[in-house]
This record gives sequence, structure tokens and C-alpha cells, in this order.
Amino acid sequence: MAKIKVVHYINQFFAGIGGEEKADIPAELHKGEVIGPGMAFNTGFKDEAEIIATIVCGDSYFNENIEAVKAEILGWVKDLAPDLFIAGPAFNAGRYGVACGTIAAAVQEELGIKSMTGMYVENPGADMYKDKTYILQTKDSAAGMRDAVKKMTAFALKYAKGEKIGASCQDGYMNQGVRVNFFEKERGSKRAVDMLLKKLADEPFTTEYPMPDFDRVEPNPAVKDMAHAKIALVTSGGIVVKGNPDHIESSSASRFGEYSLEGVYDLDENTFETAHGGYDPVYANQDADRVLPVDVLRDLEKEGVIGKLHEKYYATVGNGTSVANAKGFGAEIGKRLVADGVDAVILTST
Amino acid sequence: MVKELERAGLPVVHVCTVTPISLTVGANRIVPAIAIPHPLGNPALDKDEEKALRRKLVLKALKALQTEVDGQKVFED
Repeated sequence: MAKIKVVHYINQFFAGIGGEEKADIPAELHKGEVIGPGMAFNTGFKDEAEIIATIVCGDSYFNENIEAVKAEILGWVKDLAPDLFIAGPAFNAGRYGVACGTIAAAVQEELGIKSMTGMYVENPGADMYKDKTYILQTKDSAAGMRDAVKKMTAFALKYAKGEKIGASCQDGYMNQGVRVNFFEKERGSKRAVDMLLKKLADEPFTTEYPMPDFDRVEPNPAVKDMAHAKIALVTSGGIVVKGNPDHIESSSASRFGEYSLEGVYDLDENTFETAHGGYDPVYANQDADRVLPVDVLRDLEKEGVIGKLHEKYYATVGNGTSVANAKGFGAEIGKRLVADGVDAVILTST
Repeated sequence: MVKELERAGLPVVHVCTVTPISLTVGANRIVPAIAIPHPLGNPALDKDEEKALRRKLVLKALKALQTEVDGQKVFED
């Protein structure tokens, strides 16, 4: 049997080109090259499959030029005509996960070529694309690479060979919301009673019909009188007082900071900087107003467009930060802002 | 974070570059920004032009806060 042909997509980091300072490189096609995690995949494929080309793109470039990059890469993949397209794994890297999900879903939908990727369940790319391509569940950091490659390799071969894919819980991909009819060994009434008994005994049980998690919050009414409103700034872009006094982590933040804006009319490189490790910090360090627009809001305050800029701002680093932590920060910040009589919030993200 | 602030009773506008993420996360009022490392700036411009650009974005954010919405809305130009 001929070898299964695979095209692999990775970002600038896993290609060994560079970190955040290289996140703006455009897409590159490397025909006949196996790069980074692709080598582990190739080894895992033994003689059954091989990577025939690797596509590399900077994470920022991809996310800032989604439509154009997508079209360019689809063109390459169409010409290469592989049997399978693999993106990532992206672990908990948000932009990378979105890139992997976007391109894998597009290859599948628009070219009809089998595709898959891998990432951590909290990666924003997971919710966006888990019903459009197979997303294998990985750990939250590249320390889980071995495990991810093992799972993805096994799935890739099975999938490319056209073998039957089992349920998501059996084959390790994220639930796609697809239902398949089959006969259970026990009848429904017995299964329901068994489940109820376990629940009453505080034992673990598995529901057969998980409720979808629609955690949406209704929008609050609009601000009626902006000229008398107190506006607060919050950011996940890591803008902190120079020296990062609260030691907010550059990734996977466990805390947020509250900083005074009293007497501050313009953020400059001597007083403010970013603690964020997930984007190129050069521009924010030069002028943090590029992330937290204090200068403009002070002007608008003086002109009477807004009533007042709140004298404190809140910041954390949104870089692989767990949803549970972010939720906790938001709730606590919200409480403090309400207590301080703030009317509305501008939240900026990088 | 954006959802918890909204839940606390505060109208929030999310200014960010990758709006699909914002939509997934559940922000209601969304204003697209310039670029990931400088959402409210553009280092290629000179300082006055850059500030004018930032002012335009902030005014758009304020306008979003003054607009009633009944679900998620991305405030394009």
C-alpha cells in the first residue's frame, strides 16, 4: 500500500524560527520538509504515512489576516493533495489554537480533505472548531508533547486509513455533538435507576445526555449619559506599573493587579510596561497607551465627552490563563468597580 | 473576565483584534482593534497620527457602550 501523504501546519515557534518577535511572519510552504513536532509524527507513523510538506505561519500574522492566509494555504494544500492534514498540536496557546482550528476546518470543508488538530480543552480554538474538525485533547503546555503526538499519531493512521472512528470518549477527540444509534446492553429504566443510586451515594456517574453549557450573560443597558459617566479601564494585556510589583506571571496568571491612575495623563516607557509573555512586548513597552488608552481617555475627560476616568485600573495577563482564574478575576474586579460607582468598562485584549 | 464584569451589572465593551475569540468567550459589545501587540496603536504612524487613531477607536468603544444591544454585536465601521 502506498504511504499516506500528510501535510503538517505549525507556527513560528514550533518551526524554530522564533518567539513572539517572529509572530508576524507570513505563511511559508516547505515542500519535502519535516519540521519540529513533525519529526515525532513521522517517527510515530513508521512506514505507514509520511509528511510531504510543512506549512509555517506566525500566530499573529495568521490571526490578523485570517481570510487571506486561509486562501493562500488552501491553495497550497489543494496542489499537494494529501490524504490527511494535521495542524499543531497547539496546547493552550490561544492564537495558535485558533489558527490550527481555522485552517484544519477550512481544509476539511472547502477541499474535502481529512483534517485534524490537537489542543487543550480551554484553548479558545477548541470551542470554535471542535464540531468542524477532529480536535484531539492534549495537555495545556508543550510538556505534554509526547503524549499529544502519541494520541494524534494513532488517531491519524486510523482516520486516514478509513477505519471506523469511535465515540469521542473512546478515541480521545473533543465531542462534536454527533449522535450515533446503537444498542445498549441494559435497558434505559435500569440505567437511569443505577445512575440515580450512584448519585444518591455520592459516587461518580456518567450522564448519557450532557446539557450544553450556554454560559451567556445578557448585555446590560447602554450608558445614557456619557458626559457624566465614570468609565473604568481593564485589560488582559498585562499593562503594569514598571517593575511589575505584583509579580503577575507572564503566562498562566494566578492574579491580577489594581493600579492607580491618579495624576497619570499619559503612559510612558519609564512608568508602565507589559508583563504579558504572549505577544511581542516592544510596542507596549514603548508606549502602554497602545494597550491601555489612558492618554485619550484623559483628553475626553477634559473635553467633557465622558464624566470621569476611574482612578484605578485593573490588569492581568491573558496568556494561557485558566478559565477558572479569569472568571475569578472578573468577578472580583466587577465587585470593586461596582463598589466604586463605575458606570461602564472598556476592556482591552491583546 | 468580560462576562463576569457584565454579570456584575456593568456594561462592557471588549476592544480586541481577534474578534472570533471575543465572540466565543461571550462578550456582548465588541470593537475590533488594530493588531495583537498594539490593539490601540500603530507604531508605523507618527505620534499625532497614532493618537488620532487611538481616539477614533476609543470613541467607537464609547459609542458601543451607548448603544443598546440585545445580544452579541461587533461594531464594525
